[in-house]
Amino acid sequence: MAQQTPVSRGTEAVPPIERDPRLIVTATSPRGLITTALHRVRSGELGPIPVILGLIFICVVFQFAHERFLSPQNLSNLAVQIAAVGLMTTGVIMVLLLGEIDLSIGSVAGASAAVLAVLSVKQGYPEPLAIAAAIGTGLVIGIIQGTVFAKIGVPAFVVTLAGLLGWQGLQIYLLGDTGTINVKDGGPIAALTQTYFIPAVGWGIAVAVVLAYIGFTLYGEQRRSAAGLPAKPTMEIGLRALLLAIPIFGAVALLNQFKGVPLSFLVFVGFVVAFDLMLRKTRYGRMVFAVGGNAEAARRAGINVDLIRISVFALASALSAIGGILMVSRSFSASLSTAGGDELMMAIAAAVIGGTSLFGGRGNAYSALLGGLVLGAITSGLYLLQMDSSIRYMITALVLLIAVVLDAMSRRSRKLHARS
Amino acid sequence: MSTPVLELSGISKRFGAVQALSEVDLRVSPGEVVALLGDNGAGKSTLVKVIAGVNPADSGEILWEDRPVTIAKPGDAQRLGIATIYQDLALCDNLDIVANLFLGSEHTTASGALDEVEMERRARELLDSLSVRIPSLRVPVASLSGGQRQIIAIARSLLGDPKVVMLDEPTAALGVAQTAQVLDLIERLRDSGLGVILISHNMADVRAVADRAMVLRLGRNAGDFQVEDTSYEEIVAAITGAADNPVARRSGRVPVAGTEDA
Ligand SMILES: Nc1ncnc2c1ncn2[C@@H]1O[C@H](COP(=O)(O)OP(=O)(O)OP(=O)(O)O)[C@@H](O)[C@H]1O
Ligand SMILES: [Mg+2]
Repeated sequence: MAQQTPVSRGTEAVPPIERDPRLIVTATSPRGLITTALHRVRSGELGPIPVILGLIFICVVFQFAHERFLSPQNLSNLAVQIAAVGLMTTGVIMVLLLGEIDLSIGSVAGASAAVLAVLSVKQGYPEPLAIAAAIGTGLVIGIIQGTVFAKIGVPAFVVTLAGLLGWQGLQIYLLGDTGTINVKDGGPIAALTQTYFIPAVGWGIAVAVVLAYIGFTLYGEQRRSAAGLPAKPTMEIGLRALLLAIPIFGAVALLNQFKGVPLSFLVFVGFVVAFDLMLRKTRYGRMVFAVGGNAEAARRAGINVDLIRISVFALASALSAIGGILMVSRSFSASLSTAGGDELMMAIAAAVIGGTSLFGGRGNAYSALLGGLVLGAITSGLYLLQMDSSIRYMITALVLLIAVVLDAMSRRSRKLHARS
Repeated sequence: MSTPVLELSGISKRFGAVQALSEVDLRVSPGEVVALLGDNGAGKSTLVKVIAGVNPADSGEILWEDRPVTIAKPGDAQRLGIATIYQDLALCDNLDIVANLFLGSEHTTASGALDEVEMERRARELLDSLSVRIPSLRVPVASLSGGQRQIIAIARSLLGDPKVVMLDEPTAALGVAQTAQVLDLIERLRDSGLGVILISHNMADVRAVADRAMVLRLGRNAGDFQVEDTSYEEIVAAITGAADNPVARRSGRVPVAGTEDA
């Protein structure tokens, strides 16, 4: 039988026995790891490297400009500040993965915030019930928008543009004449952003996360080698665990020097981790990527494309609602300006800066954290330097532009690499 | 001849003003390769999509193992045991090979998470059993060559243990060696008792593997031949609808260069 013509790219390595000789890099040695990394950089698979470098760069610049930038207090405030928009970003990432956009998330956050305040303050319902109702409001809005998009075929851009106007109208209507409703201090709503954990809890979480990572990775790689599949060498797992442990323990150490790990930041990171696991490890996540990559292929594979689309829009709106709740918690009030400013744009910008593609099918939940940190750091640094928000908008625009250019370039290079 | 596993009669399908299929009949038996032939736009892909449930027929009857069935959506066809390799491959470029192979029928562990290990192991096994070698199963399919993508698409259709496999121009974009590989694969499917429906414009391929040739012309049945005792000219005449036509005249001079060495 005719042999298939070998496809070889990049450097030659000594082929190990039992493996396809065309497997170019066998990352068992430190050199193999570096070669793999270089190859990925060249082929446009940059991953989170540009954002992380950018984040470090921003931190260094601001620390030189203002000595309090990297102080525990400032970083703690930053962590609390980015949580609300970060949740909106997490939701919009799901929509971006489908290759769609949701312009209504700001208004949804505002409307949910209004529902929360009206129910808990004006109507006197218990706060936990009001919180549930606010999240429910987001969920219902998302289902409506998703259904109009998926079933009727109106472009998501237009549906959510209508939502942007309509739900803002609802927000204004609900808040009524006063325009501002204050929530009470000391209740569960206020506690969401007022709670900080004692140091031991922070350390405990950090240790648990790193141990869980190591445990699950080792278990997974062991299963792989038991099944005769190429597995990651223990050294690489160790290196990855170290790269994970440094920022986690560093963050906990810093936050503990101020008030401790903030609950709101933990909620945000918790959602990011949960959505990351959902996207990468469940059938549902796989379907989201499939619909984003090629909806027709997904349909032919028997995936209920409409259901996936509706559910993604529902999740995005529900997360925006939670973001709106955190906004109320932080300002002790729901007002006409709650999520009425640049929150929508910042949320979408953060997703793209974090590395989620605007073209659909490529991205990850961690973009919300990375992108949120970048934008939060810029905001916080410029605030310390007492710069105007005009400067902030221009710098943010520049960072966003860089991110989009990187996205478009990596897409082009993938297309060049793909032959069909 | 054994009883057909799949039998269609009187299938009609209309797209707006275009009557793409009218009263088409088709049958395929276990262990038989039926070539579906016809000029561009004859309705071959449309017929495949009817059988696959992607574009259900407007009217007509479908018998599956002698029982009447309705195929209204892709899931129906999959459940019956009909696997389809589409002309446009229907792979998700952003997903890796394993994810594409198991798309829509992923394995999960007891905890409900994707069982990547099991899927990769089975993918490896499957590709080995087809003597297909792919450098890494974890690259996005966007980076594969046309032939490799085709093989992945075929392999994917075999995962559900189908009884009928439909291939829409599987060799159109392939080189000589890859074409031979796909034809080998089709023969192996037939030998293991599957019914195969093969669409191809390449007469050499058809003569190499097909038992029967079913010709469509302008959306209608235009002939059903045993490939062994039918000449190339007869089939071409049925496809073009005329005994005297440029292709038939030139046929003496144009034996399509191919892979009949097997
Ligand atoms: N979704 C559709 N909407 C409208 N018309 C369609 C659609 N699909 C197919 N047709 C029409 O039906 C006819 C048959 O198309 P079909 O794709 O089945 O041809 P084919 O035999 O597969 O051709 P080829 O050899 O070029 O692949 C054509 O006239 C085509 O324009
Ligand atoms: Mg066709």
